This record gives sequence, structure tokens and C-alpha cells, in this order.
Amino acid sequence: MDWEVVIGMEVHVQPTTRSKMFCGCAVGRLGDPPNSNVCEICLGMPGVLPVINKAAVEACLKTALALGCEIPRHTKFDRKNYMYPDLPKGYQVSQYDLPMSINGFLEVDGRRVRIRRVHLEEDTGKLIHAGDKLHKALESFVDLNRAGVPLMEIVSEPDLRSADEARDYAVALRTLLRTIGASEAEMEKGQLRAEPNISLRRVGSVELGVKTELKNINSFRALHRAILYEMSRQTEVLESGGTVVQETRGWSEAEGRTFAQRSKEFAEDYRYLPDPDLPPLEIDAAWIEELRRALPELPGARRGRLVSQHGLPAADAVLIAADRELADLFEASVAAGAESKPVANWIIGEVAPSGKIPTPEHLADLVKLVTAGSITRDQGREVLMESVETGRLPSDIVREHGFVQMSDESALQVEVEAVMAANPRAVEDYRAGKKQALGALMADLKKRAPQANPRIASDLLLRLLG
Amino acid sequence: MLARLGLEPGDEEFYAEQLSGILAHIDRLQELDTDAIPPTAQVVEVANTLREDVPRPGLDQADALANAPSAVDGFFRVPAIQEET
Repeated sequence: MDWEVVIGMEVHVQPTTRSKMFCGCAVGRLGDPPNSNVCEICLGMPGVLPVINKAAVEACLKTALALGCEIPRHTKFDRKNYMYPDLPKGYQVSQYDLPMSINGFLEVDGRRVRIRRVHLEEDTGKLIHAGDKLHKALESFVDLNRAGVPLMEIVSEPDLRSADEARDYAVALRTLLRTIGASEAEMEKGQLRAEPNISLRRVGSVELGVKTELKNINSFRALHRAILYEMSRQTEVLESGGTVVQETRGWSEAEGRTFAQRSKEFAEDYRYLPDPDLPPLEIDAAWIEELRRALPELPGARRGRLVSQHGLPAADAVLIAADRELADLFEASVAAGAESKPVANWIIGEVAPSGKIPTPEHLADLVKLVTAGSITRDQGREVLMESVETGRLPSDIVREHGFVQMSDESALQVEVEAVMAANPRAVEDYRAGKKQALGALMADLKKRAPQANPRIASDLLLRLLG
Repeated sequence: MLARLGLEPGDEEFYAEQLSGILAHIDRLQELDTDAIPPTAQVVEVANTLREDVPRPGLDQADALANAPSAVDGFFRVPAIQEET
């Protein structure tokens, strides 16, 4: 019998701020000395007074707006009590019954995935467990640099139905967050942590099965693999007549499997209570309007416009709209007079893979040189690289190197004849019917005369071989 | 476990009495009829107390660790935490 997977996503995102959520400690970097970005507030010392970081609130509100969420007028922070040394206060400040925003959606693969809530909270410190891993750790070491770093928690409804969709959801969320400048959202840096909730049910059933939550996933690829693994694990459990245990499971990238981390009983009662040290927030219409006006065009809208306004194929539009920097480069290059489809090709084929971004003026200049046939595509690649490295205009580089595409037939004929004279065997083979010998001749021509226009040269070669 | 309180021998009775007093007081509060009173999250009439996102120096590492019962190499040292089941 067939099983259907039901996935909901809980994503923690670190908003781009310079200081922590409730104190002025710097948001440090990986590799900072332990306990070097801490103060009385994030260390949970008695008698301190936390104060809410406005930039974190605004990043969360912008995210909520971009996800089409409702933003209630009143919101507040609550204490989530638990005893664990990663938070010395004995509680994490989070939001319980009055989150910053509710009921939004994110479009993924042409489908709306409902967002249940987006709220703000604080990150915890880091524990390093010492001792023999095979037995129990003897002691743990605590670094509180991350304790109190702002986090947004974005919770979806269980609307995802495959590992592909779950990955695409995370990618779309990352694109959105980067576009609106709410977060760098680098998974590898822990700025975006995706925790899928996974359960199986019989195809056609409406009831949800028992779910497990996966943690410790730090790339989109790992997210995809972990979900596939967990699906097959749960299938095996259910088909052998067992029941899935509701628990948190960790993903081991090295072993390619999930393992039980903690069962639900550990997390039973958090005794949430409103944080008396943090006055509530009143989010009025004027504040929301101000933030809404400052939002850039969102990826979905831009994707549509790249197709309708610039005539790009949908596949190109998806790739370019996924990165605001690339999309800006595309539109500015077109505005600088280059043709849209060749610009898209250069961005997708060369700029995106290299990660080196030219100025729009330079890219437009380069694309014009290539589409006009002044230089070959291969020469164009070289010129682009040099232009990005030196910051010089491609036309200047072309002039300086004498990079000119040879399109003149009589000049090309000299080169083609030289190639044929140097490769009598290939010429003979070709004339004897071995058509693949043409490849060797063209390769040699490209070596001797890199500036040769390949289309005109091959026509000429065919004619002379004729 | 809600709190880690170290009691000197002989203090137990003193604190037991105090804690019983607190619990008894809470029982008394439970007798109040609060049906008509909306939940109160805050007793101060302020909202939107925000700070600008400007980092400022905190404690240096030695000061941060000064109160710790145990520390090593810049880390707080705590008894083993069993994470895996």
C-alpha cells in the first residue's frame, strides 16, 4: 500500500542585525573566542533589564509582510522555561500566544504553502560535549556568544508533500529573505536552519500520522537527503507493524541517517509566561505602511515581469529572479542597451557560476561585442573575467589585446587552407566519408586562429573540403 | 528540577516553612474570582520600548567567567548533559 508524506517546516532565521536581540552585545562571527560577545543581560545576571532591538523587530515585520501575513496590533514576548545550560537565564525569550504575525503564505513550485506564524525569539548558547563519545560525555563546555542573538521562527502548515517540495520551500524562503534584506540566510553559517516535521499516512487518508522533527540540517542537499531517509525509515517501521515514536531526530551527514535525539517528554511543559521585563509592542498601521513601502519587488512578482516585460523564457526568469543581485544586474544591463536574451545567457552561464559580478555597463558592453560578432564567445569569457578582475571596460580590453573576431572570408581562407595543409590525414579521412574528422580540423583551426568566427570558418572549411 | 538551591544542613526547616508560606498565599489568591478580569501581561503602561541596533562593549571573557563555579579555556564548564536517548 502506498504512503503519502506530510511535511511542515519550522525555519529559524537570523535577521541581519549588528547587536543581539535584547542587549547591545555584538552579533559575533564563527570562530570568535568563546564568551567574548557577552554581557550581564545575555548571561542572565540578576537585576538587569533587557531592551528590544528595533532592527530585529523590523526585519521580522518585513518578513511577515513579504509572506503576506496578518500583523496583529498587539504582540508581546514570553518566557519559555527550561533548564539547560545553553541559556543561563533558565528560559528563552520567545513569543507564545501573541506572535508578531500569522496566516501568510509562500509560493513554491506554483503552489501556495500556508505560513502559520512568524515570530521573534533569541538564540541559545553552544554546548561542546567532552569525554568518550561511546560512553557518556563527562562534562560540557558552554559558549554563550550566540545566546541572545535574534532569531525569527517561520512555521509553515503541513502543506508540503515531498522532499523536493520541502527543499524548494526552503530555497524560496531564502531567496525572499535575501531579497528583502531581512537575513543573509546562509545555511552553512547557521543563519537559516530548517527543521522539517515529517509524518506518513495512507494515500487518501486525511488524518495525520505521528511525526518526527529533524534537526541538525545545514544545507539544502542535506535537507533533501534527510527527508528521503526519514520517509523510508518511517515506511519500514509502519510496514513491519510498528508505530512511529514522536521525537526529535538528528541528521548525521556523515552517516546519511537520522538518529533519536530526545523524546517528547523532555519538552513537556515550558510554563510560558509573559516576560515582565519586556513591555509589549503596539504595531500601528503607519509603522506597517512605512515598512511595506520600503519593500523591494518580491521574487515572485519579478519573475513574472522578467517574462512579460523582457520576454525571457520562464526557466531563465526563475534562475535570475532567485537572486536579487543577478536580477538587478540583468535589468540594468538591458537598460544599458544590451539584448535581453543574450544578457540572460551570460548571467546564467558565466556570471552566476563564477560568482563574480561585473557592473551592468561592463556586461552590456561585453554582450554587445559578442552579439555584434566583434569577438567570439570564448574570447568574451576571457574578456569578462579580466573586466571583473581589473574593473576595466570590455571594449578597452578587446582593443588592447587585439581581440577581434576574424569574419573576413579572404583572411579566414588563408587560415583554413593552412589547417588543411597541416592535417592531410584528416582531410583525406573526411573526404573518404569519416565526417567526424571535421572536429579535429575545427579544433586545430581554433588553436591557430582563436579569433576566427567559428560559424563562417566552418562553412568555409566545409566548402573547401567539398 | 526548577532551581538549583544549595542549602546548608539545618536550614531545611527554615526554608520549608518559608516555601509553605508562599504556597499558602498562592492558595489564598486562587480563591479570588477573576472571571470578569482580562488577563494582564503587563502592569506598566508602556509599549514599544526599543533600542537602536548599535553594538556596545560587553564584558571581557575573564569578567564573564568570574562568577562561574568552573571554567576552562574561556568556556563555562558544566556537568555532563545527556542528549541522546
